Amino acid sequence: MAVKVVLPTAFVRHTDGKKQFASSASNLPGLLADIDQSFPALGTQIKDEQGHLRRFINIYINDEDIRFLGGDSYAFQDGDEVMLIPSIAGGSL
Amino acid sequence: MAYSCSAYELKCNECGKRFGNQPLSACDNCLAPLEVHYDLDQVRDTFTREKIAAGPANIWRYAALLPIPKGFEPDLPVGFTPLVKARTLGKRIGATNLYIKNDAVCFPTLSFKDRVVSVALANAQAFGFETVGCSSTGNLANSVAAQSARLGLKACILVPADLEAAKILNTQVYGARLVRIDGNYDHVNRLCTQVAEEYNWGFVNVNLRPYYAEGSKTVGYEIAEQLGWRLPDNVVCPMAGGSLIRKIRKAFNELIALGLVEDKPVRFFGAQATGCSPISTAVKNGVDFIEPQKPNTIARSLAIGNPADGPAAAKMIQTTGGWAEDVSDVEIVSGIQELAETEGIFTETAGGVTTAVTARLYADGRIGADETTVVCITGNGLKTTDALSGQYDVSRAVRPRLADFADYLTELDGPAVETIEEEPELVLAGATNGR
Repeated sequence: MAVKVVLPTAFVRHTDGKKQFASSASNLPGLLADIDQSFPALGTQIKDEQGHLRRFINIYINDEDIRFLGGDSYAFQDGDEVMLIPSIAGGSL
Repeated sequence: MAYSCSAYELKCNECGKRFGNQPLSACDNCLAPLEVHYDLDQVRDTFTREKIAAGPANIWRYAALLPIPKGFEPDLPVGFTPLVKARTLGKRIGATNLYIKNDAVCFPTLSFKDRVVSVALANAQAFGFETVGCSSTGNLANSVAAQSARLGLKACILVPADLEAAKILNTQVYGARLVRIDGNYDHVNRLCTQVAEEYNWGFVNVNLRPYYAEGSKTVGYEIAEQLGWRLPDNVVCPMAGGSLIRKIRKAFNELIALGLVEDKPVRFFGAQATGCSPISTAVKNGVDFIEPQKPNTIARSLAIGNPADGPAAAKMIQTTGGWAEDVSDVEIVSGIQELAETEGIFTETAGGVTTAVTARLYADGRIGADETTVVCITGNGLKTTDALSGQYDVSRAVRPRLADFADYLTELDGPAVETIEEEPELVLAGATNGR
């Protein structure tokens, strides 16, 4: 089983220019562990000091926000497209 | 693709990294959103009450605190919309010091989005973009289409497929390319972040977003100036992405820092439709994170289920001691009618939300009757007439003769009032005499 992971341009400096890669992770925590192994610099960028995914990143499974699918508990299906997209906002005051 | 400017630049609010001026919305270190940061000392001599009063009657009177690149000559009289005292609405909902900030008549496309777009497109030109675009729930689409046409920029605008017909027409008429996306606003917005990366286009609410959002501050400057350089006690503001309400506060804080108004606490109240209420839900739960929702409301201009500035807006509202409320679609329609019937202002569904929420805030005692409260009406009812379909009967045509007209009034109102009052008296008198 494998899923296709798609990255925004802002992240490709940590992946030797790759905008997508395959992962055999079975869920989101598994994918983050996989990223730590394969692209440690990317792992550092997308997680905060506590090791949680930064709140400015949204994860989509195919066309759906992963939070509508159960978040961390969602079991990746073979062929899923997993997109990491920074949320666009105006900042905090 | 960058320009230099000493008065302002992009800065990451999380890690403090500075970026100069370029089309960029997120920090490359920590991915946090960027915001335009000003050197307020540099504008202390130019941003004064006197110099503002001597400026044009539009948002450009505040240009010293807007991210406007050198050489840009603004020529559209955007903004400076009326702030009207709402006596009749106030009487109805128990408010004695109620004001409406009426952006339903903002120039050129009848919504507050004209403010943000004019600032964003000034920057799009400075960055050298030939094509601009946006993801939009309608009002933004109208404004980008109109203003890019005037500036000679190409426009490509992405909207959810189910948008109101008037908002689609009001975009196409300016010659813009309009792409309907089979999904909701959140799908459209996600696609736009990808499109902005692949194509060298200036998306006003994606890669130009920090500049765009600053345009909303002008609502706050105008409120303060129109109140005679005073801040209100409360502001009630509709929330979609959650940007406007925060930028009004940023404007007030800048005015305080520069000594143009007295420092005082202002409470901010957010308004959403119950069918799409991620920010009001966060405020009611006392948290500053957003649980995304799938929108289902007639207030399509507020139908953003995963609002980009939602966390910051929820946090800010709670910090100021304000509150957020949400109302049903039925209440939204009543809100539109109530504002029209009391103040003669026809607003779109978002304004129905804001009006109905305002009434509830007074009814629940969250706002005191005598406090000075400004309600932000951000869009025009002519764009969402669908929301009122079935509310009013089309009357039968009357023959052009006085007698027919009188008959018709009787048909509507019943017999004239005098007749009704006289008849019981006669009956009563007759009854007495008969005894």
